[in-house]
Amino acid sequence: MSVAALKDYDFPAKDVRENFPAPLLYIGWEDHLLFCAPFCLPLPPDMPFGALPTAVLPGVYGWHPDFAKIDWAQVQWFKSGRPWQPDPAKSLADNGLTHKDVIRFRTPGLNGIQGSFS
Amino acid sequence: MDTRVLKKKLGLKERYAAMTRGLGWQTTYQPMDKVFPYDTYEGIKIHDWDKWEDPFRLTMDAYWKYQGEKERKLYAVIDAFAQNNGQLGVTDARYVNALKLFIQGVTPLEYYAHRGFAHTGRAFRGEGARVACQMQSIDELRHYQTETHAISHYNKYFNGMHHSNHWFDRVWYLSVPKSFFEDAVSAGPFEFLTSVSFSFEYVLTNLLFVPFMSGAAHNGDMSTVTFGFSAQSDESRHMTLGIECIKFMLEQDPGNVPIVQRWIDKWFWRGYRLLTLVAMMQDYMLPKRVMSWKEAWEMYAESNGGALFKDLARYGIREPLGWKDACEGKDHISHQAWNTFYNYNAAAPFHTWVPSDEEMAWLSEKYPESFDKYHRPRLEHFREQQQAGNRFYNKTLPMLCTTCQIPMLFTEPGDPTKICYRESDWRGNKYHFCSDHCKGIFDFEPEKFVQSWLPVHQIYQGHCFKSDVDPTKEGFDPLLAVLDYYEMNVGRDNFDFEGSEDQKNFAAWRGETKQGDRT
Amino acid sequence: MSNVFIAFQANEESYPIVEAILADNPKAQAVHSPGLVKIDAPDSLTIRRETIEGQTGRPFDLQQLHINLVTLSGHIDEDDDQFTLSWKH
Repeated sequence: MSVAALKDYDFPAKDVRENFPAPLLYIGWEDHLLFCAPFCLPLPPDMPFGALPTAVLPGVYGWHPDFAKIDWAQVQWFKSGRPWQPDPAKSLADNGLTHKDVIRFRTPGLNGIQGSFS
Repeated sequence: MDTRVLKKKLGLKERYAAMTRGLGWQTTYQPMDKVFPYDTYEGIKIHDWDKWEDPFRLTMDAYWKYQGEKERKLYAVIDAFAQNNGQLGVTDARYVNALKLFIQGVTPLEYYAHRGFAHTGRAFRGEGARVACQMQSIDELRHYQTETHAISHYNKYFNGMHHSNHWFDRVWYLSVPKSFFEDAVSAGPFEFLTSVSFSFEYVLTNLLFVPFMSGAAHNGDMSTVTFGFSAQSDESRHMTLGIECIKFMLEQDPGNVPIVQRWIDKWFWRGYRLLTLVAMMQDYMLPKRVMSWKEAWEMYAESNGGALFKDLARYGIREPLGWKDACEGKDHISHQAWNTFYNYNAAAPFHTWVPSDEEMAWLSEKYPESFDKYHRPRLEHFREQQQAGNRFYNKTLPMLCTTCQIPMLFTEPGDPTKICYRESDWRGNKYHFCSDHCKGIFDFEPEKFVQSWLPVHQIYQGHCFKSDVDPTKEGFDPLLAVLDYYEMNVGRDNFDFEGSEDQKNFAAWRGETKQGDRT
Repeated sequence: MSNVFIAFQANEESYPIVEAILADNPKAQAVHSPGLVKIDAPDSLTIRRETIEGQTGRPFDLQQLHINLVTLSGHIDEDDDQFTLSWKH
């Protein structure tokens, strides 16, 4: 224990899985800083990964003019910053996503407003 | 006691000694360690408290007398400002949003500082340190009160200030200053002094005060300027306490040096992250601009800070770990932060806007490497969409840094096109950070930071609704329910400045008509 | 050699203090900006009660400078008659 203390210092973590209705997933769209930060979404673990771009992300990213131009077959995915190949037919859980994982996607050729990375 | 008699017999130094050190004693009926249970557990070793050099020799009678005089002068100005409708003299109603940020995010910290110094003022066995902390505790309460009084006049005329204490404990971006101070106040007394007195009141203080106060002066806000001046002499006492406590710890025992260094690293970084809000205010919220955040950083951090750490090198202290990254950030953080509040303006009780062409020209000039390349295109797109009736309001909750609690808006040092992601695994759970330094702070004290009350996570846990809310009901809108929990006046406190009640009122009071308004 | 400095709100009360400092410290220089007067001096600077009283023609308590003080730099030594800022090393 590195917290200096006069008594035992051991308190529950606030953000464990049990405290949420669903596991949290963090997601970021590379090169699109118009969205100031990546997002945090509680998503059912049995949701098929393929539902993300069709059912979830339009509500999140749809305002951006690049979103409608995305060719999802060309999109590059990353998990914790490392290249990752999700299977859209499998669920989030079966793709290995657990509580508080972070994924990113890159859309080659689409680099934001006038290519400014926003 | 007849003070006049004392003055004939004792000089200032003797008087001060008699009324401070002279009132302390070594306890015999209870051990000293039991009377002062908090001043050794952090590992800081003090061998001789008599070596503490009191920065100012103010006895309590002098303190009350001169503070009282400052109050009389300050309140005369506040009264005159109210009587003369000074709020009509500000450059532009957009300026008032800087005051909203101040009363929401800075003023509550004065109250926390008051509580923190009251606790610390009891904790040290050295009388000189206790006296200085006790006076600072009263100073901070004074600042809380005077800021509230100075800004309360604006509250009669503008939105976004009426419920700041309630918002401080709930609203997403206010968890940033709140968690900063709660981290300090829940640490031990020596860490508290390193955090507040040294890192904040000495190293970083000018970066908080100068932008707000000179911003006020340049934008016609004499009430705030006068508060600023009135607080400054208190601040000079605080600064001298900060530099004295750091030197005292470093001189008392070589074993203190690595502990103090770690605290300097932590609190420089946490203070720097907190100043993100000030950076944004300075570059975007002052209709009449003073200097850029980048210029302020170069003047008050790089020059002053550089000299300070050269001076401390003789103790074995080096510049803080995050120094270089903080300097790299000077080109970016104000733009990135403004973008964040523009994104989430539906959920923030102050207004944002796209800067005018003139203002963007100023930003281009002040940020020649970055503004036109990375920020102008986005702002112009926002403006174009707003004019087409499609003003962007981000409705999805952001990812937050576990340590500083700011949305993950910061970019990789050296590459402002890439969000900086860092993570740690601890006891089977993942934690995320905006930077190496926030990650490092977590990694050293994970037991503390796993308790972070992160607003986004708390919303998802269902803790940010009023007690009578039924999330299963038809038509339930969680975002509106959260705004209701915040007790924000939706449509008055939030959304863009364009079309706001503040804008309409100010134009009417000044007898101006806004383009497009029906008369 | 490092500079010490002291800054006051620019008003009628601080004017005699500033004049006294400049009279007693030949190397000191005053810089005026809106609402503020800052005095820089190499190595050290001393404020004397007696000199201020000579300016105002009435008794002065050195601790009154707290009312208009804005900021300062240097190690402080004070008693009833003088207030000195200096760098020891």
